[in-house]
Amino acid sequence: MTLLAVDFLSKSFGGSPRRGPHGQVDALVDLTFKVEAGEFLTIIGPSGCGKSTLLRLLAGLVQPDSGQIYLQGRPLPNASDRQGRFGYMPQRDTLLPWRTVLDNVILGVELAGGSRYAAREEARRLLPLFGLDGFENNWPSTLSGGMRQRAALLRTFLAGYDILLLDEPFGALDALTRRMLQQWLLGVRRRFSKTILFITHDVDEALLLGDRMLVFSPRPGRITADLKIDLPHPRDENTILEPDFLTLKRNALAHLKL
Amino acid sequence: MRNARLLVPAIVLISLAVCWELAVLAMAVPKWILPAPSAIWQAFWATRALMGVHVGQTMLEVAIGIGVALMTGVAVAAILDYSPMLRRAVYPLLVISQTVPILALAPLLIIWFGFGIAPKVIVVTLFCFFPIAINTSDGLTSTEPEMIDLFRSMGATRPQIWLKVRLPAAAPYFFSGLKIAATYSVAGAVVGEWVGAKQGLGIFLLRSSAAFKTAQVFSTIVIISLLSILLFLTVFAIERGTMPWYFEERSGGH
Repeated sequence: MTLLAVDFLSKSFGGSPRRGPHGQVDALVDLTFKVEAGEFLTIIGPSGCGKSTLLRLLAGLVQPDSGQIYLQGRPLPNASDRQGRFGYMPQRDTLLPWRTVLDNVILGVELAGGSRYAAREEARRLLPLFGLDGFENNWPSTLSGGMRQRAALLRTFLAGYDILLLDEPFGALDALTRRMLQQWLLGVRRRFSKTILFITHDVDEALLLGDRMLVFSPRPGRITADLKIDLPHPRDENTILEPDFLTLKRNALAHLKL
Repeated sequence: MRNARLLVPAIVLISLAVCWELAVLAMAVPKWILPAPSAIWQAFWATRALMGVHVGQTMLEVAIGIGVALMTGVAVAAILDYSPMLRRAVYPLLVISQTVPILALAPLLIIWFGFGIAPKVIVVTLFCFFPIAINTSDGLTSTEPEMIDLFRSMGATRPQIWLKVRLPAAAPYFFSGLKIAATYSVAGAVVGEWVGAKQGLGIFLLRSSAAFKTAQVFSTIVIISLLSILLFLTVFAIERGTMPWYFEERSGGH
């Protein structure tokens, strides 16, 4: 079942009616794709190709110049239609430094007017799975980078949206921590029925985690390849060494023109 | 470690006082030019009841002045935050207004508001308003845009964004402004009293110096400093109580 459809979405920045198109930068041009329910879609492309802009468009933080976004077949033309419908996680973890881990992760429920008590109970139940057991009363500043990202992910999971928009969630971590979190996410993902759009600039990460991968061209962003990743589950740290994986990787790199 | 941090400056302070005492004794400096620390202490002890009355008066002016500055300062910061156009128009004026010497305004305030408590309170408010307003205003603009994006993506309303992100993000800035204001406030009240008052540390200082009671001048100066330090520490304690996360961050934690 198609959960999300993006239809001829275009966005440019910098131009204005007064100054004309001069100095205008096209971020995305005629972007079209569909996402199935439960799919893990990874999106890869060079810096500045508009990957983040796509997520910001979906999350209702910017308006497209043209094109349409459909959720379960219903169009969401206004930014306000899209706000509060996607679990958006910005590049930086953006944990609120004045809230404990527990009060940070229940933010989504709290803003939606839900019961804080029930949200805290559910959060406590999930803390061990997210490797945060015993840290619920810590200030975010006392956590390591990997823990902060897991806390931000838990906040996104707990907000209760079907579709998660993750903007390079492991991008700022060191290589080792990133490997660990990738394995962890592979494990966690099977326990939730979430549809995930996951941005990365790491080909290995995109192929290891995703069911499908979109390759973006350099600016202005267009989809240059839509690759099915039919590697068997469960995947682990050895998956990236297997011949099938390497074949996929060679193909992906060719599309990235690296 | 904490004790050692306080111990070293304490030893320096005590040694300086001892040197001062000995130098005054050795050179036989007349008491009305430079009294020894022991004489300053005696002068304080002799006038302690009177000093209490003056301290009470000055602190009343300080309390009202800080209170008014707090309300107006935060209100102005909130208004400037609400309207970017107003901010562009008023913010530079606020900064320029700081070049007007408040000291020189005090006589004018006496002309306008008489010899009661009003002109003193106004001087304190003038001293305290600026650091509170500017720091709070800067604090409100300091919120990370990504945090606001996160809230908007979660469908947060404008009041929710204000209460749950922008105000807490501005709190550290607000408190550094309030600490500066608290430190200035006693000096502000003293300046206000200087120009004309019946009671207060400023007028006590003036009378003491007119009578060449130099030891009494010194003891009043020490009291003014101690009151300023006390106010600073009070604000610091409130700050620690309301923002434990901020201090945890400083100490490194984990």
